[in-house]
This record gives sequence, C-alpha cells and structure tokens, in this order.
Amino acid sequence: MAESDNIVVETAEKIFADLADPQTINNDKKGAWKTPLWQALSDAGLPLSWVPDDLGGSGASLADGFALLNAAGRFAVAVPLAETMLAGWLLAQAKIASPDGEMTVVPASPKDRITLDADGSLSGRARGVPFAKAAKHFAVLAHGAGGVSIALVDAAKARIEAGLNVGYDHSDTVTLDKVQPITIKPAPKGFDQTTLMLMGGVARSLQIAGALESMLDISVRYSNERVAFEKKISKFQAVQHNLARLAGESAAALAAATSAADAVANARAFDDEVYLEAASAKIRCAEAAEKGGGIAHQVHGAIGFTMEHILHRYSLRALAWRDDFGSESHWAVELGKLVAGRGADELWPLVASR
Amino acid sequence: MTAALRFDPIRLPPECEQLRKEVRAFLAEEIAAGTFDPHKPNREDTDAPEFSRRVGAKGWLGMTWPKKYGGQERSFLERYVVTEEMRVANAPTRRFFVADRQSGPVLLKYAPEHIKMEILPRICRGEICFAIGMSEPNSGSDLFAAKTRATKTDGGYLINGTKIWTSSAHIADYMIAIFRTSPPTKENRRHGLTQFLVRMKQPGIKVNPIGQITGQYEFNEVVFTDHFIPDDHVLGEVDGAWKQATSELAYERSGPERFLETYYVLTELVRAVGNNPDTRSAEGIGRLVAQLHTMRRMSVSVAGMLQAGKEPVVEASIVKDIGTVWEQQLPHRVRDLAAFVEETATNRETLERQLDFAIKTAPKLTIQGGTTEVLRGIIARGLGLR
Repeated sequence: MAESDNIVVETAEKIFADLADPQTINNDKKGAWKTPLWQALSDAGLPLSWVPDDLGGSGASLADGFALLNAAGRFAVAVPLAETMLAGWLLAQAKIASPDGEMTVVPASPKDRITLDADGSLSGRARGVPFAKAAKHFAVLAHGAGGVSIALVDAAKARIEAGLNVGYDHSDTVTLDKVQPITIKPAPKGFDQTTLMLMGGVARSLQIAGALESMLDISVRYSNERVAFEKKISKFQAVQHNLARLAGESAAALAAATSAADAVANARAFDDEVYLEAASAKIRCAEAAEKGGGIAHQVHGAIGFTMEHILHRYSLRALAWRDDFGSESHWAVELGKLVAGRGADELWPLVASR
Repeated sequence: MTAALRFDPIRLPPECEQLRKEVRAFLAEEIAAGTFDPHKPNREDTDAPEFSRRVGAKGWLGMTWPKKYGGQERSFLERYVVTEEMRVANAPTRRFFVADRQSGPVLLKYAPEHIKMEILPRICRGEICFAIGMSEPNSGSDLFAAKTRATKTDGGYLINGTKIWTSSAHIADYMIAIFRTSPPTKENRRHGLTQFLVRMKQPGIKVNPIGQITGQYEFNEVVFTDHFIPDDHVLGEVDGAWKQATSELAYERSGPERFLETYYVLTELVRAVGNNPDTRSAEGIGRLVAQLHTMRRMSVSVAGMLQAGKEPVVEASIVKDIGTVWEQQLPHRVRDLAAFVEETATNRETLERQLDFAIKTAPKLTIQGGTTEVLRGIIARGLGLR
C-alpha cells in the first residue's frame, strides 16, 4: 500500500484501521461499527476537511482531502465521508458555513436539475444521491432565473425514497417540493453543475483507485495461500498474468485519479485541461473497476463470491461508484464532444498540456 | 505485502513547454520543406540522414548526456517532450532513435573512455545509426537462450552465429549485441552472455533483409562468420550481460513511443468525424482520449522516476503492457467508429490509407521490445509471485 506522508491521511488511516477494518465490519451484520467510526472521523475534523476554519471546518488543502479519499477507498469505507466532504466544499464555494453531522450533495447526476423558484424555494428530483437517507443536511446546487445558487437544506424537509446501489450502500431518490433552504447564496462566477460533477467524479475516482489497490493486495495474498492442483495458485502462469493485468488496472486507476486530483487542486479554473483530467479519471477508473474487479473475483474463485469474504466490499463498491456524478459513458460522450469541437489538430496539444 | 505501485502526478516543468514550442516549430519547417509527410506513417526511414543531422544540430540527440560527449545535460523530461512531439508528427526518427534511447546510454555506462569519446559525439550529431542484437533464430524473447558464440582469440573475440529480427541492421553503422562467451551454469542460466559493440560494415557480417507484413523492410537477419571484435569493444562485465540488459529495458519500455505508434489514426478519426459528432462517435473518441491521457500520465510519471535516478522496472513494464495493447487495439477501435462517418469525395482517403497501415503494423506492437507475456512475468515477479 502507498505510504501516507501527510498528517491528514495518517490520522485517517489510523482511524480506519482501528474502527473500519473490512473484516470486522463484514462480520458485523447489525452495523454497530458505524457510530463510533463516524464519531472518530468527526472528532478528527475529517468530514469537513475542505471547509475553511471560519466556516466551521478544519481547512485542509484540496490535495490532503483527495489523499484522504484515496485512503478511504483502500478501506472501502461505507459512511458518508466523501459525501460530507463534497457537501462542505460545495457550501464553502458560496461562503456558507457547514453544520455538524452527515451531509450529501444534491444532485449527484449531471442529468438531474434542482430549480430555484421566484419565491426562494427549491424544487426538483435527484436520483442516486449517495447516503441521502443518512444525511442531516444537503448541499444543493440549484438553477434559478438569476443563475446558479448553492443552498444548505434540512434533509427532513425533503422526500426521500430509499434505495441501494450495487455495493449495498444507500443511493436514494431525493425530491424537493417547494422546500425553503436554511441558507442560499449565489455560486461564484463560472461555477456550475458540471464543476460539481467533475469534483464528485474525481472523488469517486480516488475511491475506486483505492479499492483497486486493496483488491490487488488481497488477491496477491490469497494467490500465495490458496493451493490447487498441488501448488500455490500464484505459481500458475495464467494466474500470474491475471494478477499482472490487475496490477496494471490498479496502477492506471491510481495514476488517472491522482493526476486529476493534482490538476484540480492546482487549478485556477475548470478549463479544458482540468476537464480532460477529471473526465478521463472517471472514465478510466470506471473501466478499471470493471476489468480489475473481474480479475480479483476470478483469482478468488467461488470464495470471493460469498458474503462472508471481504472482496465484495471493494469490488461491488468500486462498481457502484462508477454511477455517481456521471457514469463513464456520460463523461466519454462529453469529452468526445469537447475534443471534436476543438478539432483534430488541437487533440495532441490538449493531451500534452501538462 | 504487495509492492507499492506509485505513479506520482509528475508535471512537465516550464522549460519543457518552451522546448515543445521549439520542436513544433522545427517540425513545421521540415514538413513545409517536404522532408516528410505527417499524414504518411508508412515511410521507410532509410532516406532521412539529413533530417537526423538537423535534429542533432538542434541539440536534441543525447540530450541528457554529459557535455564532454556532445550531450546537453538536459533532463529526461525534456527528452520526453522531444520524443513525443517527433512521434506525434510521424517524423522519420528511425535512423537515430535507437542510439538516442538505448545504445548511447549503454556506451555511457559500459564503454571504455576512448570509445565514448569517439562515438557518443557522433550520435549527438545525428551521424550514425545503431541496431540492437538480442534475438536469435529459435530464441526470440528468451534472451538467455542466445547461442551466437564469441570465442576468445588473440586481442579479441571471433563471432559465429546469427541474430534475427534486428531492426535497422541494414542501415546501421553499429550494433550493440549480446553473444555467448561461456555456457550457462546449473545455478544460473543467465550466466555466460557478454555485451559487445559491433562495427557493422566489417568483414564477417552479412545482413539479409526480411520483409514485414506491412510491406516494409525494417527487420534483418545478421549472420556472423568469424567476425573479429577487439577486446576494448566488450561492454561491461564478461559473462554478466544479463544484469546490464535488464536495467537497459526501463528506458526502452516506458517512453511515449510505447503507446503512440498508431496514434495518427485517432487524430484522423477526429478530423473525419468533424466538430459535431453523433453520440456513438463522441463516446468512442472520449474513451480513447481518456485512455490515452491516462497512459501518458503514467509514462510521464516513469520519466520522472528515471530523472530521479530510480530504476522503475515494474512500473515501466506496466506502461509498456497497457500501452502496446492499447496502440494495438486503437486502429481496430478507430475502424469501428469510422464505419459511420459520412463519406464525401475526399474525407476518408487519408484515414483509410492510415488504417490500412496501422492495422498491418498492430500485430508487432506487443512483440517488439519484450512480449506481453514476458512483461506480465516481470510484473508478476514484482508482485512477489515468482
């Protein structure tokens, strides 16, 4: 595993190791692990990493927060850490202070729209909102006559239809029907729903990359333990080649996600170059989740297909994370349009821009 | 514990951007002067010695080498930029590329001083061409099965045997080759190979061209019959070439040339599709660009590791595995996507000509410089499986 070299990640990894061990969590069918984990994360100020001190957060850098999300992916953390971080970040864009407790962002898909009516109320429907059911507040991005606004909304005011994604985490439909926000302010110039989706996509990419790092790790370990046909399966060339491909997918996901995170953390604006980085990360990490997860299951044989084994905690979550903040096919279409719009001779300059 | 695979997001420093502009301007001038056609990848590079000299005059060969050997003491990242711009423009680089990437660094590390002083400045000036003699008939990717013998004689060695699949041997001035100086030992089947500098236009060397399925001649069979190599042309340790050859490979495996070989068909697809693509074309292009971008980030990251003095053997193998599989599939994906491009009198001509060549080139991409299977074996070793 990658060694952490910053204090935010070190703190998080210690909490994850103590309170979010995948094996322990997997055995705990009642979910008793959730409360102490969230408490410890909150005590350390991690869910509000991206919120400045004066808005109630801990004011970590974007880069540190991204590294934290990658670590959360390595532990397949199933509490709304990424969601609360994104919500706090979104609110901070409009200088809105973050409250305590779990949050999520609405909408979580590029196709859904929340509108701001003339009377100051919010309406609209958003599907696939991660952890909406667990959130006390929503950070909402809304479109009104005057442009884009960012709002803090009491989750109790919304109608929530509970759902589960393929990773068995909450992915809910949120309906706002003339809901008055707690606070609403205009979004900064140039900030729009695409910006939010790209940021969410980078967060998910880092989580997927982290999950793949762990899938590689546990698959290699398993192949060195499991004996079949009188030898360790790691000694079969076919298995070695599968694991080499898994390493490649894991490496590609990590490279794409960390590059996008670095680009966003240092961006002055979400220009075409940052768009390329963020969209590419989501596309490539989603592809890696599919290919890499498939190989991890193949190496584990039937045992990896059981609920008792921890593999599904990573593989299914990585597959589920593909769907949030725009699927890979969504971003591929958008990126393809961007490339075609710039023209053939501008493709290489775009790719070689950094 | 699994080996930590890290691909840090290395960014090219500002001096690279300045250099990139200079390279693009130079290539634009060369194209305007008719040196090469950027839309024609299927040229034979044997006819571009003057281009090599002009690239050398720019200081873009041996860029990272010490100044006393004609180098510029610039960074790997700067060299990276020159390589990718040349590749993307389809510039005729074959005459100098092997010497710049691989042979020069081997000489720097293992050749005696007088040979370095004689040959390295000439590489930097773009005057000479190198070939690499690794494979032999019936050895292929299994380097350690090489049989061509170097027998000790007075003041040097006598070479007998045959190398094969040797790119550019027909135009090369020099070859760096491995020959067998002793039998392998029971404990170490890699033992007994030695690396030599071969002067090509000498008695006892016969070069027989082998046609490729692209219709080009690039490969050769090279037959040695009592060819004499003096003692001071031994590179490094006698019987210990296997150690040298493996560290050489990180340079060969991670560069932009390992995912950009068929890149031209992607640009041409974007051109043919036009600026208002249908959903299917847009999605296909978007995915390919995302994959390309990701590989480039990985490749730049490895260049950063080389610059930092590391030997990223596993990381480089991953880049080559994913990169070559991608550039092999690319012409087929482009063909798929191009099937629905509305045909006008001229818009498909270049694309179709390029696809024809790229599809014929594709099968070799996962073979040259280490096959997919060999690379996956190296990656598996890095993961602690072997």
